[in-house]
Amino acid sequence: MVSARTHRLILSRPFRYSQLLGQDTDVVSDLAGLAISVRGLRKTYISKANGSKDAVAGIDLEVKSGEIFAILGPNGAGKTTTVEILEGYRDRDGGEVKVLGQDPAKLGNDSWAWRNRIGIVLQSTNDAQDLSVSETINHFANYYSNPRDPDSVIHDVGLDEKRDARIQTLSGGQRRRLDVALGIIGNPEILFLDEPTTGFDPEARRAFWDLIRSLRDEGRTILLTTHYLDEAEALADRVAVIVDGKIIEVSTPESLGGRNTAKARISWLENGAKQEIESDFPAAEVAKLSTKFGGEVPELTVIRPSLEDIYLKMIGQL
Amino acid sequence: MRPNIIKVGFLRGGLEIKQFMRQRESVVFTLLFPVMLLFIFGSVFKGDLAPGVTFSQYFVAGMIASGLVNTGFQQLAIMIPLERDFGTLKRLRGTPISPISYFIGKAVLVFVAMIVQVGALMGFGAALFGLDLPNTTERWLRFIWLILLGSICSTILGIAFSAIPKNGRGASAVVSPIVIILQFFSGVFFVFSTLPQWMQQFAALFPLKWLTQGMRSVFLPESFATQEVAKSWEIPQIAIVLLLWTVLGTILALKTFKWSEK
Repeated sequence: MVSARTHRLILSRPFRYSQLLGQDTDVVSDLAGLAISVRGLRKTYISKANGSKDAVAGIDLEVKSGEIFAILGPNGAGKTTTVEILEGYRDRDGGEVKVLGQDPAKLGNDSWAWRNRIGIVLQSTNDAQDLSVSETINHFANYYSNPRDPDSVIHDVGLDEKRDARIQTLSGGQRRRLDVALGIIGNPEILFLDEPTTGFDPEARRAFWDLIRSLRDEGRTILLTTHYLDEAEALADRVAVIVDGKIIEVSTPESLGGRNTAKARISWLENGAKQEIESDFPAAEVAKLSTKFGGEVPELTVIRPSLEDIYLKMIGQL
Repeated sequence: MRPNIIKVGFLRGGLEIKQFMRQRESVVFTLLFPVMLLFIFGSVFKGDLAPGVTFSQYFVAGMIASGLVNTGFQQLAIMIPLERDFGTLKRLRGTPISPISYFIGKAVLVFVAMIVQVGALMGFGAALFGLDLPNTTERWLRFIWLILLGSICSTILGIAFSAIPKNGRGASAVVSPIVIILQFFSGVFFVFSTLPQWMQQFAALFPLKWLTQGMRSVFLPESFATQEVAKSWEIPQIAIVLLLWTVLGTILALKTFKWSEK
């Protein structure tokens, strides 16, 4: 019973091909295709105050078609720089990048065709204040060769009631939904989301996560950056943890930092003192204790390290 | 199939006009400011330039020409850095839209705003200051191509110039002095032929002087042509200078246009 929560978490997640194959991407690239591949990516910023700093210090990444891939890391770790290089906004100082088979830094005259296949949700924008939701989404549909139906996009992002509202009257969460609508109006194969739920209240975040999952279920590849652990856990098929411009781990959220195999800590009260053991088989231990005590075990607790404990340890904050 | 670049440009123009019309300040400034100036100048300089030709007649020509510079060059050189700040351009950059479509959208906005502005100016001038409207088809046609070419030239130069201001807040301080100086040098506020020769020659390098001259050819009697520095309206030269600046501006704009501040 003890580790039921963990089990439920694993089982409730829809089965994904990528999880089965884990990180063995050479096999996967043939079978499922890679949406994004990055090798040795490097970006250095030079400032007068601090000299040169590696914002991205040699990153390797492979994102498979159809998965939600999260880049998780603290502020300033290099998430946005990485994603903006993939989106073609920034140039890089080293490494190879392929997004949908093309190098975003060398698009040339074909850039429109590539942009026609990707969708971008930027970190924060403040544009088009004087237009309505529907006007903006309908207009952006004109930019793409095969856009989605604007009305259904408005519906999908949950802005039906706000369709005629001026953008300046939207709340932060609604504004973000509009950003997503503009990101998906072109029917993209890859959707980039840069810290999409910063500043959301919990309810808005849940609703937003459902939206992102439904986009994945339509077969889109989603690359998401976040500094929220629970967001990566709730959404991502795989997570890369990035610290100081380097990726320190890529895995499924369940097994991040060896969490799934970490020993459980069992504690109880015996002879007026707190007893504690660590075990790979907590259920068996509890059963033993239960026999010993003839039923209930006083002050029994069984704890696995939380994802947060592991994450904070990984990024060096614990 | 790529959506047609020109069609997308015009659709963008429609959107720009919508946004423009919804910003009351910009509408009031662009449309009423020239009318107010005309009112002030028209009230101060009551005399006639020649029998039957009021100073307003001369001044309206300058107002329309400098309206082209204000609505196109000045407005865009300030607005585009602001759009960079707001993320408008960064978002567009992430879509398949061509910069050309974006440029066309701006030109459409400038042209439509100009038509409305000119309408207000002429209506107001005719009603209150006895402004004579162009009286021949030839003049009307010239008037129309001057506004069209002037709008395009002014737009593309505004886009090219927008690469210079670092951000939206500073843009006005960089752009406005240039426009004001050009207005004084180009015969908008004074009779051009009375200006010092060096000023005239300097002004002749830029489009505003030629636009103003072109507008005089539309609004002043034919006999006034002899009072020009060159003793003629120099219509072909006007067209050539505007076209040259448009080509130069287009090359510069395509080279220097920045979707976002790096």
